[in-house]
Amino acid sequence: MDLLRAIFIGPLAQMIAAPDLLAQTIWEGFVAGVLYSLIALGFVLIFKASGVFNFAQGIMMVFAALTLVGLHEKGVPAWVALILTIAVMYGLALAIERLVLRPLVSQPDIILFMATFGVTYFLIGFGELLFGGNPKSMITKELLLPDGAVDLHILGGKVQLQKLDITAAAIALIMVLSLAWFFQKTRIGRALRAVADDHQAAQSVGISLDQIWVIVWFTAGVVALATGIFWGARSDVSFALQVVALKALPVLILGGLTSVPGAIVGGLIIGVGEKLGEFYWGPLLGGGIESWLAYFIALAFLLVRPQGLFGERIIERI
Amino acid sequence: MFYREAGEYKTTYAADMAIFPIRQDRYGVALILIVAFLVIPAFGNQFFLNTMMIPFLILSLAAIGLNLLTGYTGLLSLGTGAFMGVGAYACYKLETIFPEVNILVWIIASGLVSALIGVLFGLPSLRIKGFYLAVATLAAQFFLQWCFARVPWLVNYNDSGAIEVPTQTLFGLPVTGPTATPATRYLVTLTIAAAMAWIASNIVHGRIGRMWMAVRDMDIAAELIGIRLLRAKLLAFAVSSFYVGVAGAMMVFLWFGAAEPEAFNIDLSFQILFMIIIGGLGSILGAFLGAAVIHLMPIALRAVPAMVGLSIDAARIDQLTLMITGALIIAFLIVEPHGLARLWQTVKQKLRVWPFPY
Repeated sequence: MDLLRAIFIGPLAQMIAAPDLLAQTIWEGFVAGVLYSLIALGFVLIFKASGVFNFAQGIMMVFAALTLVGLHEKGVPAWVALILTIAVMYGLALAIERLVLRPLVSQPDIILFMATFGVTYFLIGFGELLFGGNPKSMITKELLLPDGAVDLHILGGKVQLQKLDITAAAIALIMVLSLAWFFQKTRIGRALRAVADDHQAAQSVGISLDQIWVIVWFTAGVVALATGIFWGARSDVSFALQVVALKALPVLILGGLTSVPGAIVGGLIIGVGEKLGEFYWGPLLGGGIESWLAYFIALAFLLVRPQGLFGERIIERI
Repeated sequence: MFYREAGEYKTTYAADMAIFPIRQDRYGVALILIVAFLVIPAFGNQFFLNTMMIPFLILSLAAIGLNLLTGYTGLLSLGTGAFMGVGAYACYKLETIFPEVNILVWIIASGLVSALIGVLFGLPSLRIKGFYLAVATLAAQFFLQWCFARVPWLVNYNDSGAIEVPTQTLFGLPVTGPTATPATRYLVTLTIAAAMAWIASNIVHGRIGRMWMAVRDMDIAAELIGIRLLRAKLLAFAVSSFYVGVAGAMMVFLWFGAAEPEAFNIDLSFQILFMIIIGGLGSILGAFLGAAVIHLMPIALRAVPAMVGLSIDAARIDQLTLMITGALIIAFLIVEPHGLARLWQTVKQKLRVWPFPY
């Protein structure tokens, strides 16, 4: 009885007693969720267009952030470094398409998945070789990102919002909206959707798969760069950050592998659920439950909807 | 010309269905076993046994376990590392509670514990498929790893939070703990690995293996021809986790000597997955070949600069090793997406018809 009380009544009473703390926790979860969504977005873009489950997305994020900081350390002005990094991401997309995807076209999914592991290893080694393995701090000031915090006096207490987090959320929103516009309205966006629908049909109306793949990998690279800047600003830029990418897996699965809105909603559910769980129920289990809670939340949703929240319905034929 | 079936007459059904139907294959396997059991322990030095052969065999066994699940039954698992951990911690607990019982009994028993946990986490596989199933196994990976770190009962409440292997003897010789010689540990590892590989080979060539492959190729169709999916999938999870658990127990007791929860992290899961993809999904031989490539390639790459007389500092070598490993994985996949085992099949076919093209 005491146990049930501790699980169901205790945390709720805590939430009602200190609404400002609850709001703070939800905000933290929201910000983490936005960043998870951005990583998941990179996965979804590539999965939709090329059917590749790109494990290297996390490492692309770290690699992009590392290139940016590394170039700046070598004396390149911040904005030039940013543009150069975008150029590097384009080169990377080109190289991956030419050297990895094209020779492996029409292989089973798991083989392509495996190939992105090869890319991951290569990029870790390459990044460390160029810029060294030590953690670096993100150049937030030089990129004119705000620091400091906004204090909101609501709900009978104080809720602190980091300006950086607000910027991150705003940029994520702009990015998602512009991607949605890009997909719906532009010529290339339509071609992308056609490829996502059916490779052969798209080819038969004259869409070049190779070109489309370079474009999606490049887009995913730019998303990775934005994510890398904000994760890098919250902690250091090092290859340890790739653990965050593993967190994006439940987000992705929860939202459905092929859905952009799914990635966003999934990210927010996981982010907020994880922080609330850790804060209110974590102490019951001795803490640190953040490491696996996300997977169990995703699993619970999956048992009800095996294709994820927004995924395409799985139709099986014999 | 020399390597072919022609002239070998099968007089019984059993002979026709043998795993190695060609005489030269049987000689080859016998030769490998003789070298492994007699020549290597007699002439191998400590470095060769400790860093190359023992890990190779243990990782091969884990890869066989994962291959039964992923390669034969088509269920993707990213929780191999954690199930190895279950085996290791179970073996440690059983060993410290009943120290008088033979260690081999506990290594096998820890496989059973791992099988039980595997079945538990295998339950969602009935509803969830493909990459979506990977998240269920990731849940197992992170939850179990958290348990290893946070449940003090598992490490007998010691302060370090790590498990340490006590010395145990077999026929009067120490096989585990710091006093055991590499040769003894190698022989014990080899015996278990060879026996379990033989059993696995028999399982997959028999009724159960065919059932699993039917489920892999299309589970609804398999259900329609009368295969009970619940049983088939859970059996695959159980047998696979058993193999992986035994490998985990051996990893700590016969290779590391001590282990922290971090030893069973997700990198280990991925490493085992690489082995079966590079080696060949759905092949016992592939598990060995993949383990050889993934485990021995970095060791070999590290040894190269010293051999050719280049002096490069250690960090640089690590970075280059990572890059080359990544590039080689991609190269292997491009050359033969079905793995090294398929390459071996092709070579065998060529040998069979030699000197004619077909």
